[in-house]
Amino acid sequence: MHRVVITGAGTVNALGHDVPATLDAMREGRCGICALDFQDVERLSIQIGGQVRGFEAEGRYNRQQMSLYDRFTQFTLAAAKEAIEQSGIVFSGETSAKSGVVLGTAGGGVSTWDANYRSVYEEGKNRVHPFVVPKLMNNAAASHVSMEHNLKGPSFTVSTACASSNHAMAQAFQMVRSGMAPAMITGGSESMLCFGGVKAWEGLRVMSKDACRPFSANRNGMVQGEGAGIFVFEEYEHARARGAEILCEVIGFAMSSDASDIVMPSKNGAARAMAGALADAKVNAADVGYINAHGTGTAANDKTECAAVADVFGIHADKLMISSTKSMHGHLIGGTGAVELLACIMALRDGVIAPTIGYEEPDPECALDVVPNDARDAKVDVVLSNAFAFGGMNAVLALRAI
Amino acid sequence: MSVKDKVIEIIAEQAVLEPGDVSLDATLEDLGIDSLGLVESIFAIEEEFDISIPFNANEPSESDFDITSVQSIIAGIDKLVAEQKS
Repeated sequence: MHRVVITGAGTVNALGHDVPATLDAMREGRCGICALDFQDVERLSIQIGGQVRGFEAEGRYNRQQMSLYDRFTQFTLAAAKEAIEQSGIVFSGETSAKSGVVLGTAGGGVSTWDANYRSVYEEGKNRVHPFVVPKLMNNAAASHVSMEHNLKGPSFTVSTACASSNHAMAQAFQMVRSGMAPAMITGGSESMLCFGGVKAWEGLRVMSKDACRPFSANRNGMVQGEGAGIFVFEEYEHARARGAEILCEVIGFAMSSDASDIVMPSKNGAARAMAGALADAKVNAADVGYINAHGTGTAANDKTECAAVADVFGIHADKLMISSTKSMHGHLIGGTGAVELLACIMALRDGVIAPTIGYEEPDPECALDVVPNDARDAKVDVVLSNAFAFGGMNAVLALRAI
Repeated sequence: MSVKDKVIEIIAEQAVLEPGDVSLDATLEDLGIDSLGLVESIFAIEEEFDISIPFNANEPSESDFDITSVQSIIAGIDKLVAEQKS
């Protein structure tokens, strides 16, 4: 068993186009959710989201690349570049041959599907661009990262709805821990903020029209976001040998399946994933100082998640901090755990706990320290990052300061 | 078919019951309709009457649409049909 550390992080999301900007926003409790801006938005009943603004593909990517890069790939490549540059790792020789890319996404190239359906159904066109398939496929982002950075080892895409990126990072972690790969690029991305992408969610009637207020008694649903979070997971000695800066250590993970309902969360499934991550990491519940919650802002998730935390942590549940940064960047669906991992790294490295903003009224069913509205300085040694998906598929990661 | 009969038909189909077995004072829970079934019924009613029903699954009691019983659902739809078709 090898130790696994994170040596690079990158992101694009509604709070910022890189990690420093995102962490500044989390520290300040800034909200990146605002009025959506895209074609036919006026036909939606949900018109807010954590949309990435000012991210122009033009100038960033050339014409040939643009014809192959859906927005979820564009976000991924920008975040991967940031992460790999920070890490300083160079993929050549055996490092290249053995290292790969495991990413999560729920929808892949949703806006490419949307635009091309519009063109053939609504506009009646009979021809689509030849690259529609390679552009929209769920593994497009992982493939382009492997090509761009010369990663020739195991690469694939994981899709478990809202837990996709946590499942992906758990896989990458396992590959490095087992010695199969010296380093893995991992995380996830999502870009569903287009007419069809939001319309589909609207149908489920779990979306908020005004704000994402996790754990607050007056919460009224989730708000979608978009973007990417990408990390370099690297074997500890490999990182030390090249003098890399280490952001934190990944110490364990667990996955569980509720095997009960396609949309309603289960306390038991969530609790088993958290308890499993603690056991895998060989830490005690009392060692955990912070949990980055799944915290979607729906009635069902937040009370179930809090009950699961109470079950797993017992009296320590009242001492630890738990916050949901979805209140700021929205729910990035398949990319959400990756962006939220940044809040975990900030907690471990900088001693700053990102707040749950939009918190207005205590809910007796969510009676934990949810770090309401303002970031808090606190020294924590071990943190968890939760992701619980539709379909009852859960993945929790455990990290430690180094 | 009246609004009442049509709504009962939609609810009965969701509950896998005969319309005659859906009583007006029954709650959706009595009929075995869960939250997903409710959202599906609301969709079917919206499609049938071409209306928009203000319902958020996160705050059913806050919505301006009373789902406590079959009777209250029918009354709510009568009102929405009158408002939205006028």
